[in-house]
Amino acid sequence: MRDRLIFAGQLLFTLIVAAFLVVPAALSIVAGVTMSYFRGISSGVTLQWVAQVWNLYAGTIALSFLIALATLAVTLLVGVPAAYALHRRGGRLSRIIEEVITLPLAIPGLAIALALLLTYGSFGEFRRSWLFILVGHVVFTMPFMVRSVMAVFATVDVRTLDEGAASLGAPAWRRFRDVIVPNAVPGILAGSLMVVTLSLGEFNLTWMLHTPLTKTLPIGLADSYASMRLEVASAYTLIFFIMIIPLLVAMQLFAEKGRAT
Amino acid sequence: MQYGASSRRGAPWLMSHKFFVRLCLLPLVVVTAAFFLLPMARLAVTGAEGPQGLAGYLAILVEPRYRATLINTVLLAAATTLVTLIVATIAGMFLQRHRFPGRAVLIAMLTFPLAFPGVVVGFMIILLAGRQGLIGDLSNRLAGQKFVFAYSIYGLFLGYLYFSVPRVILTIMAAVQKLDTGLEDAARSLGASPWAVQRDVVLPALAPAFVASGAIAFATAMGAFGTAFTLATNIDVLPMLIYTEFTLAANFSTSAALSVGLGVITWFILALARSFSGSAVAAAG
Repeated sequence: MRDRLIFAGQLLFTLIVAAFLVVPAALSIVAGVTMSYFRGISSGVTLQWVAQVWNLYAGTIALSFLIALATLAVTLLVGVPAAYALHRRGGRLSRIIEEVITLPLAIPGLAIALALLLTYGSFGEFRRSWLFILVGHVVFTMPFMVRSVMAVFATVDVRTLDEGAASLGAPAWRRFRDVIVPNAVPGILAGSLMVVTLSLGEFNLTWMLHTPLTKTLPIGLADSYASMRLEVASAYTLIFFIMIIPLLVAMQLFAEKGRAT
Repeated sequence: MQYGASSRRGAPWLMSHKFFVRLCLLPLVVVTAAFFLLPMARLAVTGAEGPQGLAGYLAILVEPRYRATLINTVLLAAATTLVTLIVATIAGMFLQRHRFPGRAVLIAMLTFPLAFPGVVVGFMIILLAGRQGLIGDLSNRLAGQKFVFAYSIYGLFLGYLYFSVPRVILTIMAAVQKLDTGLEDAARSLGASPWAVQRDVVLPALAPAFVASGAIAFATAMGAFGTAFTLATNIDVLPMLIYTEFTLAANFSTSAALSVGLGVITWFILALARSFSGSAVAAAG
C-alpha cells in the first residue's frame, strides 16, 4: 500500500514536470494554426499565420540554413583533420589546444560576440556580411565536432590502422582520406548533427553579430515575439519546431545506437 | 617496434607524416587564434580602457548597481540549480527505477525541449505566464484575478527551469542506471529505513552527477541571454546589463569588463565541477 502511494506520488510529480515542458509547446502549435487565440480553437483553424510568417520571414529561414551548412562545411574541413592531428600527436600541447578550443562552451556567447565586435566591427564589409555570423557559429560549434571525432578515435585504434597503411606505402594524405576518415564516420555524423542543430538555434552570439540585412531564424523569432501578434509568433515557432525536431530525433537515435554497440 | 625504429632513420613517410599532422592542425590553430584568442584578448584590453583603467574590472564588485545585479544573477542561478536538481532527481530516479506503460513517451516528453534555444524558451514562458498566458487565464477563471509574472525575474527563473530540467534529467538517469543496487539492498537488510537508504547510500553515490549537471545549470543561468531578452529587457541580470551597457549606453569598456567577469565566473564554475567530477562539462544555451 505504502509503496503504491509513493509510486503514485512520484508518477504524479513526473507528469506535472512533463506537462510544464509540453503544455506551452502544444499551446504554441495550437496558437499557430488558430484564427484567434483569444477566442480559442473554436474560432477556426487556419494556415494564414504560417503563410504570413513565410512572407515576412522566409529570408531568415534561408539564411539560417545557409549559415548552418557553411558552419558544417568549415567545422568538417577544419575540425576533422585537427581531431586526427590532436589524437596522433597527443602530449601537452595538444591538450592545451583542446582546452582552448573548448573554452567557447564555458564563456557566454554574449562575451564572445562582444569580443568579435570590438575586434572586427570596424571591418565594414565583413561586419555587414553573413560571414561575420558564420565566424561566431564556427567558434561556438567547433569543439563539438572536434571532440565528437576524437571520441571515436579513442575507441578505434587509429595509430595501428594508420601505421599499417603507411607500411604499405600509402602517403599521409591518402591514408587520411582512405583509412582515417572512413573510420571516423560515426563521430563525424554525430558531430555534424550537433553542429547543424546548434547553428540553427543559436541566438546569444547571433543577436549581437547580425545586421538588419543578416537576420537568421532565431533573430526573426525574437523579432516576432516582440512585435507580432501571438498567432504569428506561434506559427513561426511551429516552423522552427518542424525544422529542429527531426534533427533532435536523429541525435537521440544516434546516442542510443552509440550506447547499444 | 623494429620497423618503427628503422623507418625513423630512413623511410621518407615518417618525415612527411609529422609534417602532415602539423598541416592538419594548422587551420584550427589559425581559426582559433584569429577569431577567438585575438578577440578575447581585445575584450580584456578594452575592459581596462575605461576612465578608471584597470580598476574598471573592480566595478562589478564595487559599484553598487553592478554589484546588486551580480548578486541578483548569482541568486537566480543558484535557485535555478537547486530547484532543477531536486525536480530532475525525483523524476529521473522514478523513470530509471520503474517500468510501466507509457514510460518511453514520458521520457520523450521530458527531453524534447533539449534543442530549444533560449528565445523559444522565453516564448514558452510567455504562453504559460504572460498576458495571454495559460496561468493568467486559469487564475482569472478560478479566482477572478489575472496572474501574470512572465516578464519578471520569476518568469526568467521558470524559463531557466524549463531549459535545465531536460538536460539534468538525462544526466541523473544515466547516473542512477550505473548505481549498484546491491549497496541499497545491503543497507536495507541491515535495517535502514527507506529514507535512510536514500540519504546515506543513493544520494551520495549520485554526487558527481549532481556536481556536473548542477554546474552546467548554474553557468547557463548566469550567462544565458536569449530567454531574458525575450521576456523583458529590464530584468536585472548580468547578461542584460552587459547588453544594455553595450548597445544603449555604448559603454564599451564597462560592458567588456563585465563580460570578462561573467566569463571568468562561468568558466571557473565549470572548471571546478570538472576537477571534482572528472568529466568534461560545458554550458549550453
